[in-house]
Amino acid sequence: MSQPLIQIVDLSKSFSGQKVLNGANLSIYKGEITTIIGKSGGGKSVLLKHIIGLLQPDSGQVLFDGVPISGMDKARKKAWRSKISYVFQNAALFDSLTIFDNIAMPLVETRRIPKKEVAAAVEKRMAQLDIQAIGNKYPSQISGGMQKRVSLARALITDPEVVLFDEPTTGLDPIRKSAVLSMISSYQRRLGFTGVMVSHEIPDIFFISQRVAMLDKGKVVFEGPPQDLQRSDNPTIIEFLQGLEQPRDSLTGLGTQQQLSKSYEAEADRSARTAQTFCLVVFSLDNLEEITEQSSHVMGQSVMADFAVELGRHLRVFDSCARYGFSRIIVVMPNTGMDEAKKLISLISRSLQRKNVVPIAPYKDFCLMVSAGFAQAGVQESIEVVLERAADDEKNLYTFKVC
Amino acid sequence: METQNLHSGFPASLGRAFIFFVQELGEVTVFFLKGLALIFTWPPQVRRTIEQIHFIGAQSVPIVMLTGLATGMVLGLQGYYALAGVGSEGALGSIVALTLIREMGPVLTAIMLTARAGSAMAAEIGVMRISEQIDALQTMQINPLRYLISPRIAAALVSFPLLTALFDMVGIFGGFLTGSMLLKMNPYLYFHRVRASVEMEDVTGGFIKAIVFAVIVITICCYQGYTTHRRQGGFGARGVSNSTTRAVVMSCVLILVSDYVITSLLR
Repeated sequence: MSQPLIQIVDLSKSFSGQKVLNGANLSIYKGEITTIIGKSGGGKSVLLKHIIGLLQPDSGQVLFDGVPISGMDKARKKAWRSKISYVFQNAALFDSLTIFDNIAMPLVETRRIPKKEVAAAVEKRMAQLDIQAIGNKYPSQISGGMQKRVSLARALITDPEVVLFDEPTTGLDPIRKSAVLSMISSYQRRLGFTGVMVSHEIPDIFFISQRVAMLDKGKVVFEGPPQDLQRSDNPTIIEFLQGLEQPRDSLTGLGTQQQLSKSYEAEADRSARTAQTFCLVVFSLDNLEEITEQSSHVMGQSVMADFAVELGRHLRVFDSCARYGFSRIIVVMPNTGMDEAKKLISLISRSLQRKNVVPIAPYKDFCLMVSAGFAQAGVQESIEVVLERAADDEKNLYTFKVC
Repeated sequence: METQNLHSGFPASLGRAFIFFVQELGEVTVFFLKGLALIFTWPPQVRRTIEQIHFIGAQSVPIVMLTGLATGMVLGLQGYYALAGVGSEGALGSIVALTLIREMGPVLTAIMLTARAGSAMAAEIGVMRISEQIDALQTMQINPLRYLISPRIAAALVSFPLLTALFDMVGIFGGFLTGSMLLKMNPYLYFHRVRASVEMEDVTGGFIKAIVFAVIVITICCYQGYTTHRRQGGFGARGVSNSTTRAVVMSCVLILVSDYVITSLLR
């Protein structure tokens, strides 16, 4: 693998004699979102604050592009700091300044840019984050969710290379939670920044993070792609993940990814024993990104929630179904062959087209574009392989519009 | 056993308190000097400094005038009866003017400003500290000392002497009101004695005090707010209330102590 952009080496930090970080090591790669998970009070935020230099380590180092930050000269440190932004857990907006001034602050104070350009940049960000009408209000006059978005706008106004997010979704409702995460993910793709996030939102963070690190007792006990974390046999990780497992997905009310994996494994096991076939169906909302762009991230996620509810009603009792990523829902259909699956999907698609799936249209002439692909699971095939086949097999792909 | 004895008991805690005091004194001094130096960095923070002059200076005018008038009137009243007892009520103008210009003016103005502006500053900066707004400034590469403290130091250095002068003027007029309007003293005599007895060095001394008090009040109040999180129990509303109280009490005590020191040095 290439050289990490940020490298944390043997970082230790104590507060009043209590060790919070105890030799933590972590690598963060350019252009990826790395999420740090772990128990509350486990030093996740402390780790994040070391990266931006708000805290100084007792021992150990933070390297940027291979160079230790502590050894940088003033000019270099300044250049590094100008590339990095921090989104605080409680937004940390300047409560005596208006929202507009809050967002404009980093530009006004650190760069010599004409007022007009500053205003244009602020308005652009406000429009992107769907907070246009509140420029003249004060932070205490807007809701917590809006404060988070303002804080995100403030962090992104300088076009940073690295953005650190300290629990960006804490205290938000399920739709807004998913909206904030989908926003982070879509900005990350569009602007290409490197993201480091502290979050508890499992499994949602698995959809948007390329890497996950788990912090336990001041050390990083796991570092790697989210799929590997879910497969890990480390008891600490298993216990942690089980502790966060919820009976239902908070956004859609469907089952969780974990449950789906379990029922997939159970079906795979059964089919190996009894030679019964079973199928995997992938429903994708193909224009979710467009919906998000034309209206908002919140709207996009609530369309997803509406669709999931309606789809859930059309499935058979023994089908299990879960959200898999921001725009996909997958269904395990036990005891079902390809022909039957085909028939079922065509039935579902025709029925959905007649229904009013999305009660409030996000914009004029709105239609939901859905594609449904399916594949039969082979013996000893992993869920990812079948999933890929289902999504790629153009012969067995249904696309339909729900307007 | 021997080492344990060394680290406990009264002498040890006295020593610890002294070390803490010296450390704190050093930190406060560095805090002030940095804030002062950052006033002169480019680009100048004209707007923020004017805002602070408005807050510390202009908005304090009514309270300073009221206190000045009351002090002057009381001085006039007390002075008149005391002087009349020895038959020299003609000296009332000198007594009132010199007391105000040398002592009462700078001290009472500084105490009033501590109560009105200093406490507000400690609370405002304290809230910014505990709600991570100061950390946010740092992450944006904005020097919090320059952004928050420097304009306040500049504004205090401008406002304190001017308000002290205003206090003195209104106070002298207050003495005149009681002396001449109520107690029917000769008004020309009052102002004649004021002019004849006040020397330039009295005025300079008063201004030196005003400047020193400005430095004390602004440094203590801003420092207490700025370091709210480092105090014991420095969290939430309680933390802010603690640092505000400490700021006001320490400022007032230091004003009185330094007043004595400056007076004895100027003699």
